[in-house]
Amino acid sequence: MSDNKLKPLIKMIEVNKYFGEFQALKNINLDVHKGERIVVCGPSGSGKSTLIRCINRLEKHNKGTITIDGIELTDNVEDLDAVRREVGMVFQNFNLFPHMSIVKNLMIAQQLVRKTPKDEAREVAMHYLERVKIPEQAKKYPIQLSGGQQQRVAIARALCMKPNIILFDEPTSALDPEMINEVLDVMVDLAEEGMTMICVTHEMGFARSVADRVIFMDEGEIVEHAKPAEFFDNPKNERTKTFLKQILSH
Amino acid sequence: MNFDLNLILESLPQMLAGFGITLKLLVVSGILGFILAVLLLLMRISGKFYLNWVAQVYIYVFRGTPILVQIFIVYYGLPQFEAVRESFLWPILREPTGCAILALTLNTGAYVSEILRGGVLGVDKGLLEAGSALGMSARQKFIYLTAPIATRLALPAYSNDVISLLKSTALASTITIADMTGIARTIVAETYAPYEIYTSLAIVYMIFTLGLQKLFGVIERYLGRYTRREE
Repeated sequence: MSDNKLKPLIKMIEVNKYFGEFQALKNINLDVHKGERIVVCGPSGSGKSTLIRCINRLEKHNKGTITIDGIELTDNVEDLDAVRREVGMVFQNFNLFPHMSIVKNLMIAQQLVRKTPKDEAREVAMHYLERVKIPEQAKKYPIQLSGGQQQRVAIARALCMKPNIILFDEPTSALDPEMINEVLDVMVDLAEEGMTMICVTHEMGFARSVADRVIFMDEGEIVEHAKPAEFFDNPKNERTKTFLKQILSH
Repeated sequence: MNFDLNLILESLPQMLAGFGITLKLLVVSGILGFILAVLLLLMRISGKFYLNWVAQVYIYVFRGTPILVQIFIVYYGLPQFEAVRESFLWPILREPTGCAILALTLNTGAYVSEILRGGVLGVDKGLLEAGSALGMSARQKFIYLTAPIATRLALPAYSNDVISLLKSTALASTITIADMTGIARTIVAETYAPYEIYTSLAIVYMIFTLGLQKLFGVIERYLGRYTRREE
């Protein structure tokens, strides 16, 4: 971790990403400092998921540089391992390992990646399951849990690796409405504890109350980038205004 | 036409004496074929084009030719080569059973590797991304995520291939092996009663197949235990 508060934890400079001919990211510049909460929104296909997937290199960017806590993302495997230890990720579809019990889902990467002894890994796992308020589900398989419970497990699994940054890729989009709040509650707790978070989400209530900055993307570009109050009450860009009207009209 | 029940009762125990050989052909070539299949699969998904290419040619050759022809080539063809007769494989290839096991192994390995590849392709990419995001290496993801899930996905097709292999073992009787079919053929040659003998032989194979089905059913239920909401 950097002692220098002014030095960004994540720095993206002129990042471009193509899928074949299609340009998914256009000249993205973004600094995220330690403890900041960033919400990224935008219409589907705008590049918001691609943006955060580039940060832990689930997608490789084609141009520009991405630096995480001083480590530049390249094809260097050791650097990538170091970055992935530092960055946790929560997916839209949870992606829990279906053939492992809940507690094993939380232990496996600790044991394999961090070489944590089994008993200690189990303690850490139970600690985070308690934090997301479902320790009693430890022995079950993922399919036996509700969507909201599964997503809380997925968050706990990311936390077990003690990341400095967590990326959320539409964490509530696959959930039934009554389960969204239990997941958002966990995310708000994390934010209050000072976790650095980048959340792709359409939960505008969460964005307004938790985010330090809101980014609106369209067609691979960052169109608007502002503090939430300004973003919601006084958006500058026409595309942002149209988008906000569409999602806030109901 | 008369159906001679006594003949069946007399010949059944004789045929069952060949059960051990049928079982041996099935189990040994089944296990060796599975190991070969895993090697071929790893070559196919290695990302190295030359390994992938070799495996693809192998699979094409062994799926593209009849198993009976493969048995004949191994049994009649290979011993003609001096090098084969002098190699460490000769003690195996000198025996018809060794030849049959070799041919069955090579054949089933080709089919099973494709079955396993189907399982590997069926593993949700999102799980592997989750593994990557947690810092797992490619090898760790293969061992702890892909392999167990692919095994479950491939099992129904794999059990089909094992049952098919059981029936293929009957072809070993064409190279003098006294498996159940080989013994039946001898009895038919002596009694001129193909109807009774082959019908009862067919029933023996069906009972054997039923046993295999039950066995795979148990394995399937065990491997699929995490796919059910309720226990």
